[in-house]
Amino acid sequence: MVKLMNKLKSDKIKKKLKESSVGIAGLGGLGSNAAAALARAGIGRLVLVDFDKVEEDNLTRQYYFLDQIGKSKTEAMKENLERINPKITVEIYNKKLEKGTMEKPFEDVDMVIEALDNAETKTTFIEEILLKLPDKPLVAASGVAGYGHSDRIKTNRCGNLYLCYDEKAKSCDEDVLLAPRVALMANWEANLALEIILGEDR
Amino acid sequence: MSIEVNGKNVDWVQNETVTGLLKRMRYTFPLVVVKIDDKVVSKQDFPKVTIPDKSKIAVIHMISGG
Repeated sequence: MVKLMNKLKSDKIKKKLKESSVGIAGLGGLGSNAAAALARAGIGRLVLVDFDKVEEDNLTRQYYFLDQIGKSKTEAMKENLERINPKITVEIYNKKLEKGTMEKPFEDVDMVIEALDNAETKTTFIEEILLKLPDKPLVAASGVAGYGHSDRIKTNRCGNLYLCYDEKAKSCDEDVLLAPRVALMANWEANLALEIILGEDR
Repeated sequence: MSIEVNGKNVDWVQNETVTGLLKRMRYTFPLVVVKIDDKVVSKQDFPKVTIPDKSKIAVIHMISGG
């Protein structure tokens, strides 16, 4: 009986995730790892935006491989996600998000993940989404640099904005970016996305 | 006559706007969100919205890395 209940519950969750869509702004350490986690979890549709190419440096923390160096991150990510889950729909925009139209690619997704790198761009993006798509849940992250101090990370909720936050972390201009903490934050964002999509009921 | 800014007690100043408070606190980083008693103030309203006495203010800033 317990087994049956678990099966029903897990089928319901799988169905809900399959019907859901998530937009990700940026495919660096945060975005690439969050996208992989969401693809594995079974999210049905991902909308990915980035303008960069894969560089050798990125491999210390981003979800790409040596033979993808030089490829656009959007193309490389689509390839990797389809190798994980061929049933997923991956929509890619190989372009830079520009102030004034940043919300455009994300108008028809259920929720958005901010995974940009520079503080100024992060701020502008968050403000534009909050102002132009006020009903859209937005997950953002600040403080990914460094190592250790996993338990300083918190979720700070502010209306529809969910911020994964380490207030004591240094910026990436002053500290190293390494896979464990970057992936931790990325998965924190992806985990929050699931919580938002599935609701508190568990 | 005091307010709380990011958990710290700070003097309340009559007719002080969000912009004024941020300047007084020397918060120069790129800001993302200011909450007054859990209500979000949009950036364009920072010079207009005044801080009520006894309010709780949260100033959340973003740092680079991603």
